[in-house]
Amino acid sequence: MLRLIVRRLLQLVPTLLGLTVLLFLWIHRLPGGPASALLGERATEADRRQIEAALGLDEPLWVQYGRWLERLARLDLGTSTQTSRPVWEEFTLRFPATAELALTAMLIAVVVGIPLGYVAARRRGSWLDAAAVSGSLLGVCVPVFFFALILKAVFAVNLGWLPSAGRRSTGIDATEVTGFSVLDGLLTGEWDASLDAVEHLILPGVALASIPLAVIVRITRAGVLEVLTEDYVRTAESKGLRQRVVRGRHVLRNALLPVVTTVGLLTGSLLSGAVLTESVFAFGGIGRFVADAIDARDYPTLMGFILLIALLYVLVNLMVDVAYSVIDPRVRVN
Amino acid sequence: MTIRTEKLDRLAELTARRDTTTGAGLWTEALRRLRGSKMALTGAAVITVFVVIAVVGPWLAPHDPTAQTWRDEVFVNRALFVGPRSGNWLGLDHLGRDQFSRLLVGARHTLLVGVVSTLIGLVAGALVGGVSGAALAFGGRAGRGLDTVLMRGVDMLLALPSLLLAVSVAAVMGQSLTTVMIAVGVVQIPVFARLLRGSMLAQAHADYVLAARALGVRRRRVVLAHVLPNSLGPVIVQTTLALATAIIEAAALSYLGLGNPDAAQPEWGVMLAQAERFFVPEDLLDQASLMAVCPALGIIVTALGFTLLGEALREALDPKLRG
Repeated sequence: MLRLIVRRLLQLVPTLLGLTVLLFLWIHRLPGGPASALLGERATEADRRQIEAALGLDEPLWVQYGRWLERLARLDLGTSTQTSRPVWEEFTLRFPATAELALTAMLIAVVVGIPLGYVAARRRGSWLDAAAVSGSLLGVCVPVFFFALILKAVFAVNLGWLPSAGRRSTGIDATEVTGFSVLDGLLTGEWDASLDAVEHLILPGVALASIPLAVIVRITRAGVLEVLTEDYVRTAESKGLRQRVVRGRHVLRNALLPVVTTVGLLTGSLLSGAVLTESVFAFGGIGRFVADAIDARDYPTLMGFILLIALLYVLVNLMVDVAYSVIDPRVRVN
Repeated sequence: MTIRTEKLDRLAELTARRDTTTGAGLWTEALRRLRGSKMALTGAAVITVFVVIAVVGPWLAPHDPTAQTWRDEVFVNRALFVGPRSGNWLGLDHLGRDQFSRLLVGARHTLLVGVVSTLIGLVAGALVGGVSGAALAFGGRAGRGLDTVLMRGVDMLLALPSLLLAVSVAAVMGQSLTTVMIAVGVVQIPVFARLLRGSMLAQAHADYVLAARALGVRRRRVVLAHVLPNSLGPVIVQTTLALATAIIEAAALSYLGLGNPDAAQPEWGVMLAQAERFFVPEDLLDQASLMAVCPALGIIVTALGFTLLGEALREALDPKLRG
């Protein structure tokens, strides 16, 4: 197992390195540059030169890339040209919001989706099955931001049940420890802060969960339907095993294999898909900052953020692969 | 990166099996079952209506979709909008243009965005996936190397957040319909590449390939004339599903401000994005809200049509579900 993980980690290095080369070339091909973006349209050529020299942009591209890589080896992602603060600091400031949102969405999708898919498959053809299937078909067809808008209109504005924007109510005094507001409240014992944070997470979480939920329901249902017809399920049932054991050990365990893979793949898309939800609910995650960084041609921020997101994505999928081999002994042998 | 492809591979594998007992071909059989499927018929009906509107919409539109004929009746600052009335069945938009005409004409560009961006993903993805699959199956050692290089490239594309990719495409090319098409299409490339590669690998060990090789058929011919046509099933299913995704993604990009700001080309995604700022959460049926709701419904129904047809096609091609 350990060997598998180490080997997979080593395989990631060339992929990510290649990604940084492509990113670097791509980002530096964007028209304009940080100097022009900082100075505006009426800057003189001399001013622009001066700033470019200060940022090290006057050197050949491969030298710049070498510098960037050298700093990366020292775990230094450089300084944002927009805010003049370290990229790492900017990332840790904004990442918790996005991560919290993505995790909430995934939690909702898994907790609701798997049981729903399972029940739909067991009662194939019932009204519940029909509702689950049509709901999941519809779920992938509604643009996330439109769904978010409707949710906000109904539950926040009209019914007033939940807050409509932000991560925290104004009256709440919360101590910041990790940046994850729910966790911070629990760590410091400020329960009201935690509860408040959870309330702020529900609507954006549900909006972002719509697509993963639809996908998970469909895959669980298909998986269970397939496993139910397997010989080993019939064997287990006919040798008199209790229903609960058959369902848990035989049916669900096998049916969930593809779901585990999907969860990993979806986590990646959640991290970037959160951009839309974040902007509807003014959630202040990494999405808006990266979009602004592109406008400002903030090279260090772009390189750093995209590399970190890509790293996170491949790590999540590595974890999924490892989890997969824990659940499925057949994969382990290979 | 092995397990993530399993779903695609499975789809590939499913269509690789052929039903030999009835003697009917895979596609004949699938078509027969599609005709009996309510899902497929509904999907096909929706798509037909959509395509017809997209083609003849400009002639059906009662008014010029770009003319600000009733400009004086709309007061954006005071949030005064004109709702449905005789002559303007869905009311006016924020610039005093006929909303119904804009919807009709907008279908064309929406269809165009969907089709072109899916084509970009399909052609580029199939090229990479096809070369990769053929190289791995029939190319020997050098082929394995080529496959590894190509697939690592696909992995990199997968690891890049799709929206960021799209935003940076827009940064280079500026706001336009073309930008949206390319951005949405590029994101689809890895999916198609993975799918066709998996599908071809599943075919590579089929008896008919062995037979062809034993008869001395050249490798290139085996790949192009035997393996490729038999590997296209899952790709066709994915194309149908990708059309739905493309239309939705295009709307998302418009929402982020990357869509075509040109008023002369109404498009549902852009219409939805532009109307969003007038959205009145207190009343979803207010004209200000309807300006967003109408194009949104258009997008949802169309995407649903493509999804229904795609899912029905997937089921029709799945031998395990035959009963």
